[in-house]
Amino acid sequence: MPVHNRKGISAKAKDCMGYRDTLQLTPEKQLRHFLTIEGLPRSVLVDILDTAQTFSTVGEQAVKKVPLLRGKTIVNLFFENSTRTRTTFELAAKRLSADVLNMNISTSATTKGESLLDTLRNLEAMQCDMFVVRHSRSGAAHFIARHAPQHIRVINAGDGWHAHPTQAMLDMFTIRQHFGEFASLNVAIVGDILHSRVARSQIHALTTLGVNSVRVIAPKTLIPKDIESLGVHVFHEMIQGLEDVHVVIMLRLQQERMSGAFLPSTEEYFHCYGLTEEKLSYAHADAVVMHPGPINRGVEIESSVADGERSLILRQVTNGIAVRMAVMSMAMGSYQAPRETK
Amino acid sequence: MRLHIRGGHLVDAKNQQDGICDVFIADGKVVGLGQAPHGFSADRLIDAQGLVVMPGIVDLCARLREPGFENKATIASETAAAAKGGVTTICCPPDTIPIVDTPAVVELITQRAQQAGKARVVTLGAMTRGLEGQQICEMLALKNAGCVGVSNALRAVKDTLVMRRALEYAASHNMTVFIFSEDPWLRRSGGAHEGPVSTRLGLSGIPEIAETIAVARDLALVEATGARAHFCHLSTEKAVRMVARAQHDGLPVTADATIYHLHLNEMDLMDFNVDCHVKPPLRSQRDQAGLVAGLADGVISAVCSDHQPHELDAKLGPFSETESGMSTIEMLLPLGLRLVHDKKLSLAQLVASLTFQPSQILGLDLGHLSLDAVADICIFDPEKPWLCKKSELLSAGKNTAFDSWEFNGQVQETILAGQSVYQAIKN
Repeated sequence: MPVHNRKGISAKAKDCMGYRDTLQLTPEKQLRHFLTIEGLPRSVLVDILDTAQTFSTVGEQAVKKVPLLRGKTIVNLFFENSTRTRTTFELAAKRLSADVLNMNISTSATTKGESLLDTLRNLEAMQCDMFVVRHSRSGAAHFIARHAPQHIRVINAGDGWHAHPTQAMLDMFTIRQHFGEFASLNVAIVGDILHSRVARSQIHALTTLGVNSVRVIAPKTLIPKDIESLGVHVFHEMIQGLEDVHVVIMLRLQQERMSGAFLPSTEEYFHCYGLTEEKLSYAHADAVVMHPGPINRGVEIESSVADGERSLILRQVTNGIAVRMAVMSMAMGSYQAPRETK
Repeated sequence: MRLHIRGGHLVDAKNQQDGICDVFIADGKVVGLGQAPHGFSADRLIDAQGLVVMPGIVDLCARLREPGFENKATIASETAAAAKGGVTTICCPPDTIPIVDTPAVVELITQRAQQAGKARVVTLGAMTRGLEGQQICEMLALKNAGCVGVSNALRAVKDTLVMRRALEYAASHNMTVFIFSEDPWLRRSGGAHEGPVSTRLGLSGIPEIAETIAVARDLALVEATGARAHFCHLSTEKAVRMVARAQHDGLPVTADATIYHLHLNEMDLMDFNVDCHVKPPLRSQRDQAGLVAGLADGVISAVCSDHQPHELDAKLGPFSETESGMSTIEMLLPLGLRLVHDKKLSLAQLVASLTFQPSQILGLDLGHLSLDAVADICIFDPEKPWLCKKSELLSAGKNTAFDSWEFNGQVQETILAGQSVYQAIKN
């Protein structure tokens, strides 16, 4: 049904009008929340990369701190376990001189929406400024951003299968650092696309930043329906998919995919989609290898590739701090209204 | 109470009435059409000039939440909302707590509805005990208690043999089986149509084949058992075509669509709109168009509200943690009129799909305004503009995706068996 037939503003119409951006961006197009890459203009993504660039040397200084967020309180609200992501967020916040509160809230079956909202209300009462949220359900960060008071900023640290925008941005940062640009690159994402928030955010970031082509490589069981609508090419055969690829991004294969008839065995998966020196030789001569970690050696990637000279995996980890500092300071910087207006 | 409804545009699908005609009512029945019966004097004159007079709406599926979910809504609150929406007969699915698998629960619901007095409430009995899909219910006892059919509500009967026997047994007692066809394995934990939107949002998808495979199975069972079946809430274009084919082959099957599947599609889920978390899921634009076309050409013969009021908390959370369902009963007619306004449907077709045809599916002598018929009437202003606001819904459930939609057409008065049960505030 055409949008113009609806006099009420439908979700579709809202989307056309850039409604998505009004949640993430202020009217001045400054970052307010960072929930998903989808819908953000290229200029904002480039801003994040440029800002991260200025922070990338902070870690090498004798005093690894800048006073940008002094006096601000940032809460790491992790409803799903994660050591690495939480740690880099914590380091990023501390290097910005913010106070950090880590909360690991288990998502037992009884944890429902109400208690999530109750948790938020309690934290608001402690006068926090920013929530960094990880949750096992898609849309959790949107939900929190929509229900939090005006002055609180929300950074999505991963929600279900939906989005992991800071991971995608640190990958973009690493790619730019290595190649200096995006336009000529072919990028392949290999593995469990269906269950991967990382892949979804990477796809949006890569297409927004204008790479030459994005490919996804996986068996049909691990490719979500109509993924082509995101602007990617689908391959089921790895050697074919890697042809002329500059960046090979390997995804972590969760052990639970072996049940539920997604895959027959880790052996067959590694045989078809595991990245080996041999398979990598079919990619572009300058190809690099990335992985959001933690890696399963011998499941999706051979050790010699993971530790090889083409691997940027550890650099991704280092860059994660600078990118998260950039996102946090940008989101907080757009905050101007005094707290009393709550 | 004797009523004279004067000067209204009477639309009655059964009698093919579509023009100005006065209606005279006495003792809860229609006693005169066009001309007053001899010696009739009205206690009350209703001026219906410029208004449409139609039989009261027969809603094939609305949940009143009582018994068992009184925190969401009650029979009293929802029948009042129904009256405001011009609905005079409501058919409830059996998934209350306790489940409608014994005559006692039927009696309880009937009694509560009579106390509330705002709408006629009938129920479907459970097809299997506890809706567990294992042991068939005492269908005859349920029928004798007043159930107009049997159904397993939104729960699939996984075991094909149990489904076959349930259909055979229902056919033996001449009961219509109301089937919501969905393959439970293909649905799994899905909450959204499997397509570009579920892929973007990272939501577990329910594929189209979850519906078509189940409809195919159930149509084959209907053919084999000779049961009379009604397919509830079709959501895919392909399923509409399958039902059309079965009807063409002479199978005794009917189908309905919900009013919101005719107006919304998967795109409305963007940004995690939890009010669009419904079952079956909102599907593609093509499916939406296929449902509207199926309604226009008669394959789908009824439109229901599939009203599901929720308390606020039920919709507070990340998409997949929220409960499915939408509060719709007050928007059923205005949304239907929008289809007429958009020239997808004639007014007569809309009225037929809201009144006479659903009442035939239920086997009730309602939904028409013949002489001597029960005087269930809905009078509406076809042009009156109004803005839908969640907060102004009479239903206890404010969970609607139609908040801030503008409508043309509003119910002015609802009459149940000759008694006025709702009147719009005149302004």
